[in-house]
Order: sequence, then structure tokens, then C-alpha cells
Amino acid sequence: MLPSEFKAEVARGGNGLYSLEFELKRMVLAVQEFMVMSGRAIANIFRRPHYWSDVLAQMDIIGVGSFPIVALTGFFSGAVLALQMYDTLATFGATAKTGTMVSASLVLQMGPVLTALMVAGRNSAGIASELGSMTVTEQIDAMRALGTDPLKKLVTPRLLATVVVLPLLTIIADLVGVCGGFVISYFVMRLSATQYWTSTYRDLALEDVAHGLTKPFAFAFAVALVGCYYGLRTRGGTQGVGRSTTQAVVAASILILALNLLITKIFVRT
Amino acid sequence: MAMPPPALEFSNVTLIFDDVVALDNVSFRVYPGDSLVVLGVAGSGKSVMLKLSLGLLRPDAGEIYLFGEQITSIGEQELFAIRRRVGMVFQESALFDSLTVAENVGYPLVNQPGGPPPDEVLEECVREALRFVELEPAIDKLPSELSGGMRRRVAIARAIVSQPPLVLYDSPTAGLDPITAHTIMTLVLKERDTANVASVLVTHRLQNGHLLANFRYDPASAEVMPAGQNGGRSQTRFLVLQKGRVVFDGDQQELSRQQGSYVGKFAMKPR
Repeated sequence: MLPSEFKAEVARGGNGLYSLEFELKRMVLAVQEFMVMSGRAIANIFRRPHYWSDVLAQMDIIGVGSFPIVALTGFFSGAVLALQMYDTLATFGATAKTGTMVSASLVLQMGPVLTALMVAGRNSAGIASELGSMTVTEQIDAMRALGTDPLKKLVTPRLLATVVVLPLLTIIADLVGVCGGFVISYFVMRLSATQYWTSTYRDLALEDVAHGLTKPFAFAFAVALVGCYYGLRTRGGTQGVGRSTTQAVVAASILILALNLLITKIFVRT
Repeated sequence: MAMPPPALEFSNVTLIFDDVVALDNVSFRVYPGDSLVVLGVAGSGKSVMLKLSLGLLRPDAGEIYLFGEQITSIGEQELFAIRRRVGMVFQESALFDSLTVAENVGYPLVNQPGGPPPDEVLEECVREALRFVELEPAIDKLPSELSGGMRRRVAIARAIVSQPPLVLYDSPTAGLDPITAHTIMTLVLKERDTANVASVLVTHRLQNGHLLANFRYDPASAEVMPAGQNGGRSQTRFLVLQKGRVVFDGDQQELSRQQGSYVGKFAMKPR
């Protein structure tokens, strides 16, 4: 809810500086609310009661439901990487390294980021619209009135499910992506299969895999919590639900890209 | 004998949304088995009052007590335990639209801290609550398959399934035809008079208050009859709200004597 002075200021056309001050305060307040909600949702993992059946249901919706788009994204990303890399590597006579380039790009960057973006587009939006609809139809209030904590019942299961399935989906995207790279390398570029798979396997260090699998854990928090946050703060009927859904996808995507930069900076020693 | 603590008490409660006063220094008490009818035009603070009663909103000033326990300064986690002793029927029913009628009604029993009861106990409790509202055949339906009146009845079943000593009704007859509205009010009377629960009824129809004040549910004949016959009359008080302020607090006789322009409109005898 905006402070009354701010609303009055906006209504009369507003002093820009004054409006900016309140806009910044509103953003700080939103960050604070998000952090409080996230802290409670994480703390609820260790508090009873646990809604394991809801966690499993969400794993099915988020994990199994996202499998086709994640697999397709991985395949086409790997294929296009092979196509692009082969062309560049041919300049240096290093086409034998195509597998290395595809696997490194997929495991370190494209696999985790594209998977998280696809899941954010599908599930942050889904979570925001579901919880948003529940908020505007007083179902969240009803839940509280019936003695159930909505954060425990709705947010924590979605967070747990996303933290478990997003790394698995990322591994699937990476594997399918490497296969996509192989299809292009073998059938289009006529590279040897042994050469492709050997370079893919041999040049991928354990540290790269750890780097690539740290990201989806962090991205899972962005996907689940941003969706829940925008859903639970929905106001204004069906129009409000639409607005929350859009905001959730935009905010989750930006947060994923920012976290990717941060984690990459931590792992890449320069 | 010492009087039991009120089931619900407001003590000088004020709530302000930005610069709009939603409730202004409101005080009242509802004792076990009694009824409070809250009248007022739309936007007078009636629904807000019910949300405050459950701790869904926090007052800016004053104190609220549920069963003698102060709820205004306790944490949300402690509130969940107290809320389980209160039934609430929301204005638009607020049924969980992805759950069936049985799952909606059984929700308070399934989601309690001690875990759900055995399946057969759960089913019997759900069926009993649905029999109470005469909707047992709809047990496997989804809320979207029900009419508005049926949804309200399911909401009542959900509110009473755990047998709470206090039930709050937020405009349970709003938007319903007179026959369905009468059915709903019969259920409110039935719950009050068979289980002796305290009831708070928010409404803008005096007829509903008139029913609560002058009639009772007779379990033997399963009919509503004038409260004078065979005793068993609970105390019914009326509260009239205007712009968040209490402009009348008294019984039906006092209300019918009111001549003021605002309260008088509510005091007009139902035809």
C-alpha cells in the first residue's frame, strides 16, 4: 500500500523528486517484504507440519511438466552451438574441439541459464497466477482463518520442489544439448563420433560440473520465491493477477541473469 | 457462578488504512451461545471487523480478545492455533476451487498440527457436516459445479466441521434469492441452537437479524419456530456501523425505537 502523501502527490501531477523518493522507498519495502517471506519459507523447511504430498505434487508439475520444453531447449541450444563453434574452430583448424566447446558452453552457462529461464517462464508465471487468483478470491485469507500458514502450505513446498527438480532438469538439458551438438557434428559437419564424445568427456573438469550445478540451486530460489511473492501480493482482481504474472516472469528472469553473473564471477578466477 | 470470558471482545479498536478510518474506537463483547448482528451499509467496516476478529488484520489501536486471550500483540504462528477454534464463512465463500467439496470441508481436519485423523473418521466428520447443510450428495463435486447458495452451504459446513465455539458469518445471504437466503439463515440458527456456539453475523438485511433475535431452531421438529415457545432463547445484540463508528449498540427493541436517519433505516420492520 502506498503512503497517502505519495498518492496525493501522484494525483496532482507530482514533484518529480518527491515521487522518486517514494518510488525508491517502495522498492526498498518490496525487497524487504521479499526477504522476510523468503526467510520464513526457508525456516519452514525445518518446522512441522511438513506437507510432503504438496512437495511431490509440485515436483510433478514443475519437474515432469517442464521436461519437454527443457529437453527441446537443450537440444536446439547444443545443435546451434555446434554449428556456430564448428565454423569458428575451422578457422584455426581445431574442429576436433567442437565437442569440448559445446559441452563447456552448455554445462557452464547455457544449460543452467536457459533451463532456469524456461522454467521461470513456465512456473514463476504459473505460481504467481495460481497464488494471485487465490489471493483475490480470499482463499489465502480462508487458509489463514482455518489455521494453516500459507507460507508453509504453499510457498515452502514450491521452493523445495524447485530446488530439487531444477538441477535435475539442468542435467537433462545439458545431456540432451550435448546430444544435439553431436547430431550436427556427426550428420552435418561429418566429424568422427569418437572424436566428438572423447573431447566432450575428457575436457570437462569436475570443477566445471560443480560450477554448472551450483547455478540451478541458486536459480531455483529465484524461480519459486519470486513467483510466490508476486502471487501473494496480488491486488485488483483478474487484472491484478495478469499484472503479477508478468511481473513475476520479468523479475525472475532478471534475477537469474544477475545471479548467473555473480556466480560466474565467484568461480572464474581472473 | 463466575461468568465465562467472552468468546470475542473488541476494546476500543481502531484501524486506519492510509488516511481512511476503517474502524473507529469500536468496543463490544459476544458471550458463548450469544449472537451479535452487525448492520451497516457497504464500506462501513463490517467485513474488516471480522478480519480483525481472526487476526487477519491488525488494529492500529485497541485490543481484541478471543476466548479471553489477547490476540492483538501475539505472533502469526500462535494465532494459527487460536484461529482453529473459530469458524469463518466468507462473503464469497472462499472455497478452494481446486479441491472437491469433501476436501474443502475436510480441510480444517486434515491440516491440523497433529496430522489428519484416520480416513474413516475424516469421512464420517465430513459427511456429518455435509448432512448438516443438506449437501451430502454433492460430496464429490468441485466448487465450480455448485450454485451460489450451495457454495455458501459448503462454506458453512467447512466452518463448523471442527465444531468451533465461535462462528463468524460475513454477509452469508448477500446476492442470494429470498428462499436460498432463508435456507442459509436456518443453518445459522441450527448451528447456534444445536451446538450452542457464539455467532457474529455481518449483514445489511435486518430480516436476518430479526430471525436470529426472535426465532430458534427446534431439533425435534427440524423447524424454525418463534423463540418464545419452549424457551431456549439466546441473547442477540445489534451493532450498527457507519463509516467505521458504532452508531448503535443494543437489542432489537432498542433498535426498533431508533428514529435517527441512518439507524432508523435499518430499524424499519421487515415485511
